Amino acid sequence: MKVLNNITGVATTRVDGRKKVTGTAPYTAEFNPANLVHGYIVNSTISTGTITKIDTTKALDVAGVREVFTHENAPLSVKINADYSDPMAPPGSPFRPLYNDQILYNGQPIAMVVADTFETARYAAGLIEVAYNTSGKSTTNIKDNLDRAFTDDDLPDPPKPRGNAKKAYQESEIKIEAAYLQPREYHNPMEPFATVAQWDADEERFLIYDKIQGVASSQGYIAGIFNMEKEKVRVLSEFVGGGFGSGLRPQYQLFFAAMAAKVLNLPVKVVMTRKQMFSFGHRPACFQEFKLSTDKNGKLTSIQHKAYGETSQFEKYTETIVDWSGLMYACENVELNYKLVPLDVYTPNDMRAPGGTTGMYGLECAMDELAVKAGIDPLELRLINYAEKDQNEGKPFSSKELKACYSRAAEKFGWKNRKAEPRSHKEGHTLIGYGMATGVWEALQQKASAKAIFTAEGHLTVSAATADIGTGTYTVMAQIAAETVGLPLEHVTFKLGDSTLPKSPIEGGSWTVSSVGSAVKMVCVSLREKIYARAQETHPELFAESMIEDARFEKGELSIRDGRAVSFMEILNADERKSIETSVNSEPAENRDNYSCYTHSCVMVEVHVDEDLGMIRVPRVVNAIAGGKIINPKTAESQILGGVTWGIGMAIEEEGMMDDREGRIMNANLAEYHMPINADVQEIDVIFVEEKDEIVNPLGAKGLGEIGMVGTAAAIANAVYNATGKRIRELPITLDKLL
Amino acid sequence: MEYKNYPETHEIELQLNGTSQKLTISPWTTLLDALREYFQLTGTKKGCDHGQCGACTVLVDGKAINSCLSLAMMQQGKKITTVEGLAQGENLHPVQQAFIEHDAFQCGYCTPGQICSTVGLLNMKKGNTPEEIRDLMSGNICRCGAYANIFKAVEEMVQKEVSGTP
Ligand code: FES
Ligand code: FES
Repeated sequence: MKVLNNITGVATTRVDGRKKVTGTAPYTAEFNPANLVHGYIVNSTISTGTITKIDTTKALDVAGVREVFTHENAPLSVKINADYSDPMAPPGSPFRPLYNDQILYNGQPIAMVVADTFETARYAAGLIEVAYNTSGKSTTNIKDNLDRAFTDDDLPDPPKPRGNAKKAYQESEIKIEAAYLQPREYHNPMEPFATVAQWDADEERFLIYDKIQGVASSQGYIAGIFNMEKEKVRVLSEFVGGGFGSGLRPQYQLFFAAMAAKVLNLPVKVVMTRKQMFSFGHRPACFQEFKLSTDKNGKLTSIQHKAYGETSQFEKYTETIVDWSGLMYACENVELNYKLVPLDVYTPNDMRAPGGTTGMYGLECAMDELAVKAGIDPLELRLINYAEKDQNEGKPFSSKELKACYSRAAEKFGWKNRKAEPRSHKEGHTLIGYGMATGVWEALQQKASAKAIFTAEGHLTVSAATADIGTGTYTVMAQIAAETVGLPLEHVTFKLGDSTLPKSPIEGGSWTVSSVGSAVKMVCVSLREKIYARAQETHPELFAESMIEDARFEKGELSIRDGRAVSFMEILNADERKSIETSVNSEPAENRDNYSCYTHSCVMVEVHVDEDLGMIRVPRVVNAIAGGKIINPKTAESQILGGVTWGIGMAIEEEGMMDDREGRIMNANLAEYHMPINADVQEIDVIFVEEKDEIVNPLGAKGLGEIGMVGTAAAIANAVYNATGKRIRELPITLDKLL
Repeated sequence: MEYKNYPETHEIELQLNGTSQKLTISPWTTLLDALREYFQLTGTKKGCDHGQCGACTVLVDGKAINSCLSLAMMQQGKKITTVEGLAQGENLHPVQQAFIEHDAFQCGYCTPGQICSTVGLLNMKKGNTPEEIRDLMSGNICRCGAYANIFKAVEEMVQKEVSGTP
């Protein structure tokens, strides 16, 4: 069985591109069923305490207002059942909107007006009067509350200590100690969270359009709260205007829309405001402490890494932050610690490269500090301590072309031109600095299912209940299917974002290509076998004697060795059953457990710092990635460009600023929460180094959604040091910190 | 003074993508909400509703504006073009085509706004240096981080002297 069509590995424009540039790709809030009414949510203005009075009279008086929902009139049925968990909920008790009068964090949704128009609902929401009883001071600052840090059985243990890090550190002459602080960050996908919910009272079913990174997440959540069978909750999410992790868990507008739709028996649309986009999960603030030491040759003698991550008072959200320090470099003495600090905030949520971008920011800055201390080139220090094996688990890597990343990046960037002495490279008033860092991310694979239907018209539809949050799922899956079956790309459609489709993991963790892609490949292999079996029946003169191993599937035809061929359509039409259908469930291969699977990268950046004003610019970034097989170089490059852009934001712009007295975020808008804009991004070179991997999954592809971000912030921080001689250990590195 | 709890509605007429359309609407409705909720022209996106993201960019008399910062009533008699009005039948506007070729988007949510801003930029005959392109395209946030490719798409359009119009 040979596949000759090269469709994967070829830069391919997005199959949904036309829809996106013409404005015809429908996002959640754009579904407008007949008799639609609009909900507008009101949020609390205190962080801890109780609601003593909530007066909705004036709001209810407004013409066009249908109802105002508060904890006082929310249906009892949704309170007694009380299973508000969702598939991605961390240990604890999930937040339950309108459940009682308790306030758990500032910005908590406490009421919703439903009216005939959006404008009316918004106006009436402003007429609701709320009185609170505030209970004491809010605690929202991680640094001030380190004494409350805890660890318990709900938290995954970091890798066990090896050797004796404390002793080795003490005995070493070359060592550094450094602590890094990182603020809260907010996902802010451009599309606000939205739900359009419809209740079918006769059938007792929900039809819900929801912004989510996996329809199963919303489905499980709603089925739990309303005590329904999952099959009675259909969730659709065909186009998602960005997620970055925020859509791994359902957000509160889903609850409000579904509840109101059921109570009022009307379709309800609820869209969050941008301000509300700052009122739920976020990247947790994190404080990290490092102690590293080397011998005089630059060989690491000890690594100690301690991290404090923030969580809410009601759930224990954890990230993998310290494990990377045990994984990345060959070192015999390692001690890792991770603790949580509970604060009066909403539970944090995975945000692009969760944990990895945080831990590697710390580790790679600390490595840079160590390189300076040891008088060794930072790249050289990484090479001296290069790990050929997973240092935490002692397993071999399924593949690790990190050395190639280092050399390709260094060559492209011109690393050899770097001046080690800070402030020694200057043009006019501009201080120029070079910095580098290593990046790493897990190459995971989850169970996934897929279905294929090949019709007699020659069109193949493959489907799975996954998502495309901008990552290119539609395109990449169609490429895999087209290549495997031997069809032109135009004859293949991939369907996703519908809970009635075959089960699929949520889109996150950079595992969609690896998981769903493997299922798609498998289902298409199965389809090929079925086409072949059908051909043996319909065209015995050609195929009765031949073997599938000798057959070719290409350009919509099945051919055998002597060159004779029949088109798929002929085969299908020669039988009254016409179309062929098949489904598979795929899961990671067993031998995968014997290996560690990771994506690696090397990021090098140039920064320009205005000597007088402290303004930082990032004119040049080179990011070399070892990510296994690249299915679509075009969308793959876009993933990395996006990740690097996020790294720039993390390094020099993003900061959720909290008024700790009120526990309220002060810059909950896009003017004051600074994210990268066009002018912040200049040259970014993306290099994919060749990497063969036959273990990671049947595709040999590793996933690229997060890796572009990991390491970028550290590389920028290190470049800023190289430019200015100043070590800023608190993100973002803004000009005030440099002056 | 009598307490009015709901503003009156009025009939307005808008020139939308080349056709004249009537609508009875309250004065507090923004052009953005009028497009999305009343005319079902949902190609124009809402990202912030406060003039801070550019997702709602449309062309009014050839100039790019944030439709969330304008009331629908104020736009009567002017020529409004949304992303739905850029293509000529099956033929995409060159800017739309360039965005596809350069993969100048990921999730696509900021894209209609980016495209309208590009057309506006071409109409102004601006974008003659890389800095000017980046500057003038900085009113449109792309959280997916497609800026490097957006830049390439716009640069190609400027270099080819593509006319913006609609
Ligand atoms: S929606 Fe108008 S600028 Fe953001
Ligand atoms: S493409 Fe997603 S926000 Fe720009």
